[in-house]
Amino acid sequence: MSSKASEFDLVISGVGGQGTILASDIIGRSAVLEGKGVRAAETHGMAQRGGSVVNHVRIGCELGSMIPLKGADCLLALEPVEALRYIEFLADDGVIIMNTESVYPVTVTTGKAPYPSVDSIVEKLKETHRVIAFNATEMAAEAGSRQAMNVVLVGAVSNFLPVKTETLLERVKEMVPPKTIDTNVKAFETGRSMVE
Amino acid sequence: MSTREYMLGNVAIARGIVEGGGKVISGYPGTPSSEIVDTLSAMKERDFYVEWSVNEKVAMEVAAGAAMTGVRSVVTMKHVGLNVAADPLMTLAYMGVKGGMIIIVADDPACHSSQNEQDTRKYSEFSLMPCLDPSTPQEAKDMIPYAFELSEKFEIPVIFRPTTRISHGKSEIELGTITDHKAEAKFEKDTSRWVMVPANAVIRHPHLLGIQEGIMEELENSPWNELTINENSKIGVIASGLASVYAKEAMEELGLEASFLKIGAYPVPEGLIKKMYEQCETVLVIEELEPIVEDRCKVIAKDIESPVKILGKTGGYVPRVSELNIDKCTKAMGEAFGIEVDVPEIAEPELELPPRPPALCAGCSHRATYHAMLKVFGKRAVFPSDIGCYTLGVQNGTVDTTLCMGGSITVASGIYDAGEKQPICCSIGDSTFFHTGINGLLNAVYNKSNITITILDNRITAMTGHQPNPGMGLTSTGEPTKEIDMELLCRGLGAEFVETVDPYDVKATEEVFKRAKDFEGPAVVITRQACVIHARRAGVRRVPFKVDTEKCIGCRMCVNLGCPAIEFDKETKKAHINAMCTGCGLCSATCKFDAIVEVQK
Repeated sequence: MSSKASEFDLVISGVGGQGTILASDIIGRSAVLEGKGVRAAETHGMAQRGGSVVNHVRIGCELGSMIPLKGADCLLALEPVEALRYIEFLADDGVIIMNTESVYPVTVTTGKAPYPSVDSIVEKLKETHRVIAFNATEMAAEAGSRQAMNVVLVGAVSNFLPVKTETLLERVKEMVPPKTIDTNVKAFETGRSMVE
Repeated sequence: MSTREYMLGNVAIARGIVEGGGKVISGYPGTPSSEIVDTLSAMKERDFYVEWSVNEKVAMEVAAGAAMTGVRSVVTMKHVGLNVAADPLMTLAYMGVKGGMIIIVADDPACHSSQNEQDTRKYSEFSLMPCLDPSTPQEAKDMIPYAFELSEKFEIPVIFRPTTRISHGKSEIELGTITDHKAEAKFEKDTSRWVMVPANAVIRHPHLLGIQEGIMEELENSPWNELTINENSKIGVIASGLASVYAKEAMEELGLEASFLKIGAYPVPEGLIKKMYEQCETVLVIEELEPIVEDRCKVIAKDIESPVKILGKTGGYVPRVSELNIDKCTKAMGEAFGIEVDVPEIAEPELELPPRPPALCAGCSHRATYHAMLKVFGKRAVFPSDIGCYTLGVQNGTVDTTLCMGGSITVASGIYDAGEKQPICCSIGDSTFFHTGINGLLNAVYNKSNITITILDNRITAMTGHQPNPGMGLTSTGEPTKEIDMELLCRGLGAEFVETVDPYDVKATEEVFKRAKDFEGPAVVITRQACVIHARRAGVRRVPFKVDTEKCIGCRMCVNLGCPAIEFDKETKKAHINAMCTGCGLCSATCKFDAIVEVQK
């Protein structure tokens, strides 16, 4: 549950380059257009080069952008390990929406660290939270481009956000490259249909 | 048209500069400050001058010169950049300005993208320049036009200090009107004012001290400081800048009854602090990094012999390192005021998570340079390095030191001067070389350092977000300009061995490094290849590579390059190249079994 200071707290985690900023921008701008205060924080600079990144988005908030521990209503993870890494921000009754497609860090590809199996990550998260896990990258590829993976996940989280679906979809159309609008609209709708 | 827009803190600050009528804006890129100048440079219609300067000292002096003529100017940098510009800063405080001048210095508590977490408010105390410390992106924008006015009123530059969470925070921003106040540049000769020879400096120092009281009075009554007295409570919370929104939320969460003072401007508002002391027995001071407000609060209490108890970093209630958050503020309030606080229990994850440090991009030419460097110089050689993307080469074993911008050549010289017997090969990026590397090379030549200097020239300032530099032949606004010839520059600085090579040509690069290693005296190797991200945006497409699984014996040579595009398939025990491949060919060139080949169309 959200703190008193915010209507809805969302944590978006992933790997630098996956499109976490676009995902949070679509959501943030939509909320502002619906007249809500938004505070968001994002990762730039050195950490962006393939590093672990996390964005906070607070909808209906007039104070700071950082979500307290166990304060988020939802954790949107663009990568499985990056779901587990930021789980401490999620409230006990919060929901996890995660992409099951792994991106191996160099520590794994060079054999310095093991990568836990995706199944074990999902199982672990399911012990404590409601988990909606699916391969958003494959679904994006089916929609026309693997790069639309972030929009698939925005579609999925749209089921929980206190923002109208039409507003979100309009922002998607406005904010993705013009040539990719159809792909991204399809990606959004497939993502949205993943939650019952 | 809506006057509310969702924007990045730095974009809001840029908007504030436009609203306030900034006419000359200079800066040097550095996370988290870079997007301020980037935003202004990208504006199609512009009635101001904007530049990326070669370093922060230069940028500071450009803005100072502009402000001497009476126009409004801004200089931007990150906290460590202010150390580079500290020399003009201190004297500029004496000299003062005519037109409003704002020195924007973005701090980075928690070192998200920095080599230290120094607190710029200390420079405000040190230089006696007032400082504004925003608590939200909205306030950051609104403070800028005010800062111009404050600066003009007291004829002194104003330090403006956002932090990472302001600069890289986003929120809806209520836009203001754009001023029509635009002074014309007119330099008026006044040697007593603009020439800081000792005779003039000794007069300006008491002047600087003399205006402090006026500045304090002005700021005390500004909207950036806000005192709320709670008559039902004997406790008080003082919080500054960004920490004030965390503190407010923590108070709401706890339902804490307390007087609250938010500080957004320095020197601290002594009158408001004294008013709080009249109501409170215990005061908790919450601020990020150094105990600047806290120390002043103690001095004030002592001066007026107030019995108030002041808590903060002293006593360990508020941490002095890293950034604050709501949880840290809640905990501090709980401990300071003896309230039971429900601290969320965070269980350690049972699964071991692989660390995901940032890494050089797939196909980054720095990886190729470092591969050749390591091969030629050997693991025991000493590799001083610098600040930029190439610092990520620490994972490749070719970054042994990183001190500060421009510190690699000079550190290499020092290691050589000390009598180190191993070969020394340092690395520095193109923008960093132009920033403060030039001095280091000059010094290495003059003082006869027998070292190899590698300039990793990727044709752009990459890490901070692809800003142009003098090597590109483009200004900040994209206009063509003189492209500085790096080779000629190095020769001009006295280097006799200067060679340029394409690092994607691994053999040729190794050959150049061998000759450089054998050369007596400072040898300069320029490895030139465009940044992969920038090249891709410019439309460069190379043929990607794949692993011929028949030939791959699973030796892991390619995997050890640390390229994100190369994975090791545990089941087949062979290497695999993924979709991130940009076709640089380094892995192919290093495979002894010819098992990595271009993907056939």
